[in-house]
Amino acid sequence: MSKPKPTLETTFCGIKCLNPFWLASAPPTNCGEQIMRAFDAGWGGAVWKTIGEPITNVSSRYSSIDWEGRRMMGFNNIELISDRPIEVNLREIAEVKRRYPKHVVIASLMVESKRETWHDIVQRSEDAGADGLELNFGCPHGMSERGMGSAVGQVPEYCEQITSWVKEKARTPVIVKLTPNISDIRMPARAAKRAGADALSAINTINSITGIDLDTLQPNPNVDGKSSHGGYCGPAVKPIALNMVQQIQADPLAALPLSGIGGIATWRDVAEFILLGCSTVQVCTAVMHYGYRIVEDMQDGLLAWMTEKGFATIDDFRGLSLPNVREWKHLNLNYKIVARIHEDLCIGCQLCYTACWDGAHQCIHLDRTAPAPDTTLTPAMVEAEAARRISTTPIPKLDTGSAGRTNAVTPLERIPRVDEEHCVGCNLCSLVCPVDNCITMERIDNGLPPQTWEQRTAAGLVPAGASEVLTNG
Amino acid sequence: MSDQPAFSQPIHDHPEIAARFGDIHPPLDMQAAIPEANRCLFCFDAPCTTACPTHINVPQFLKRIATGNLSGSARTILDANILGASCARACPVEVLCEGACVMHRYNKQPIQIARLQRFAMDALHESGSPLPFEPGADAGLSVALIGAGPASLACAAELRRRGIRAHLYDARPLPGGLNTYGVAEYKLPFAESLREIEMLSQLGVEFHMNTTIDTAKLAELEREHNAIFLGIGLGAIHKLGIGSEDLPGVTNALDLIADYKSGKLTTVPERVVVVGAGNTAIDAAIASVRLGAIEVHIAYRRGPEQMSAFSFEYEHAKSEGVKFLWHVLPTGIHGDESVEALKLTRLATTDDSSIVPQPGSEFSLPADWIVLAIGQGTHSAFLATNGSDAAKVQLERGRILIDRASGQTSNPKFFAGGDCTNGGREVVDAVADGKRAGIGIAAWLEGQHVQT
Repeated sequence: MSKPKPTLETTFCGIKCLNPFWLASAPPTNCGEQIMRAFDAGWGGAVWKTIGEPITNVSSRYSSIDWEGRRMMGFNNIELISDRPIEVNLREIAEVKRRYPKHVVIASLMVESKRETWHDIVQRSEDAGADGLELNFGCPHGMSERGMGSAVGQVPEYCEQITSWVKEKARTPVIVKLTPNISDIRMPARAAKRAGADALSAINTINSITGIDLDTLQPNPNVDGKSSHGGYCGPAVKPIALNMVQQIQADPLAALPLSGIGGIATWRDVAEFILLGCSTVQVCTAVMHYGYRIVEDMQDGLLAWMTEKGFATIDDFRGLSLPNVREWKHLNLNYKIVARIHEDLCIGCQLCYTACWDGAHQCIHLDRTAPAPDTTLTPAMVEAEAARRISTTPIPKLDTGSAGRTNAVTPLERIPRVDEEHCVGCNLCSLVCPVDNCITMERIDNGLPPQTWEQRTAAGLVPAGASEVLTNG
Repeated sequence: MSDQPAFSQPIHDHPEIAARFGDIHPPLDMQAAIPEANRCLFCFDAPCTTACPTHINVPQFLKRIATGNLSGSARTILDANILGASCARACPVEVLCEGACVMHRYNKQPIQIARLQRFAMDALHESGSPLPFEPGADAGLSVALIGAGPASLACAAELRRRGIRAHLYDARPLPGGLNTYGVAEYKLPFAESLREIEMLSQLGVEFHMNTTIDTAKLAELEREHNAIFLGIGLGAIHKLGIGSEDLPGVTNALDLIADYKSGKLTTVPERVVVVGAGNTAIDAAIASVRLGAIEVHIAYRRGPEQMSAFSFEYEHAKSEGVKFLWHVLPTGIHGDESVEALKLTRLATTDDSSIVPQPGSEFSLPADWIVLAIGQGTHSAFLATNGSDAAKVQLERGRILIDRASGQTSNPKFFAGGDCTNGGREVVDAVADGKRAGIGIAAWLEGQHVQT
């Protein structure tokens, strides 16, 4: 059976899109020349660097978190909205739309919280030819001190008020961009929906201080010895973004067409955001790191995956993982897995052993060569024994077969053993194991039917105190 | 304390030697060291640490490099191995830490532990910081250490950290033994060995150089000190026993290496034959190539599978152009005024795997120099024969017998370690022996003290 040839074309709150890959409102969308190059590279849309009264930026503006030699696992900025005059941005929007009519251009907007001012900027943006409007209620630094950006997004009433002003005037779809710097992102999302927003985008950047210089004791990015909290983004924030996307899309009072943002760098990230209900995605940090060309593999990889899975359109798999994210009380307490160490793959690093002893439940042991299972041997005892060993440099002619020379096979005594009786199935050992598929988590048939905490409490099987703690918790 | 150590006089680099014997493994810089250190999986009860005779906590010192804690990294290394700098360069890590790395079973290259260890040690030296240990409070005890090679140096460091005085005696003008005089210059330069010993001497070690110990002197030391450590190494290289071995042009590998390292020898004649196929033979053969020989042969009476050189040393020698003659037995030396050729006879292996000369297979290999590298004898006789007295310590085929864990000999006051006990191994084995003996001596002395 031939699989359907998939397409990346999609529609987002009525806006036709060549593909779901948009550039987020940020330095990569600062001007028309950049955006046109991005469209040439394959991006389907761009949210213009936020337009408003021009600001003055500081230098420096960015800082990042490197992780074990990899650059920019997390990225932080204290840059404000566009520093270019409104009319220049709008003129360039018109030019881009004239030359790229099929590509999506969204005007990101941020002005002072006055009805007339919002009406004015909405009118001018739409007159310039923007396909839609994104209201920047998320910028966490600088603008928020002036009553804009996240200062709006953090107060559902302000969010609702301004969205409704914009909706009074707007003829194109209105997207409200949400800040994650709030205890429950569903509240501003619901407010935007109440006010008639056509769509949402999430998440904006997360308040952050990336680090302190240990020589100067000054934080980064350094502006004349001082810094300010910035907005955190990049690969490090993806799990936080995915959770907020799920929260919004699982809430009937908040759910709207959603443009996913937060640490997206590859087609895999894109697929995950769509599986949790997003229709498009927006990318910034990965482009700042590697350039517009990253979109090539996003297109190619997502299409290949869709072909393999038999999905013809983005809508075919949008939100498919949402039903699989449940409240904890709905998880099956009788589902039992245990760790299995595959001896043929084990390289003998014993990271699972030390992780289980120090970080989990003390059920991995180094007793394979012991006459009988020995669960009493602690890591300290193992190390003390090792320190007493006397090793000698092997001489080829004299010491053939000594430990240092034949290293292709892991010695049995270095392969840990899982005490399946006591293994709680936490996954930790399989997560720390450096070898793919060396430790697998295997289901154990305990003969018990599925039972959730909710069912267990309903059946009166849980003492009252324990159930109270959880329901209040 | 004692007189100025002789080796603190400026060491002159010999530009010709430095140029011909550049680093075989160039140093890492910070940008390369950190990702390499981060590759370490941080194994529990790490096989690299177990494989190291001195049990350096490799994952710990690598982690400290990764976090930029370079002084802590150096301290981790030195705490286990006071000669960590020279071991980083001289160790055959392919059969030690790097050979034991679990990455081999992961289809990946092992962590470059030796180069990272050198990185940490170089950083310590460059920082100008002192040795990160201090001598212990004076315990009122003293130990004489005979020989100033790696075993005695390591033993002395353990003693000094426990406040026990350490007097080292050596016949050579400079300390370090084979570390200074015997390791190929492209691995461990002469000056690096001395720099490391200078740092170690911050613990207050007393050197008595140009001092040969005989039976009488030994008796004196035994009276003056609370214990004796024997780190005397091995003796002269064996002779072939085929006559004409005193002809000019017949030398041995250890003299060749010591002479070029100390700048006494800067060139060798065109044709060199090295007899023997151990690691020392390889070092001498490669040194001959680098010192200008046109044709260098290694002659060995068995085949490549029986040679005691490490396989990577064999590969290295071949890559330098050294030619190997297998299954040949030296039967004579030609030459009137000086060496002209080495007479060789081909050997055949019999059914019972013994080797016998093939009649009529003799041939002459033209040579200007014949370098013997067929193993060293022992020079422990002064311990065994003392006139009518019983032997000082128990020997076996000239080797001093010890308890491996404590270094103690059959005579409780005598401890020993290094080549004189193991028959000739690596620097790191000597350091491990010396370290165990230092701890063993301190424990024994403490026991003695409690008893009295």
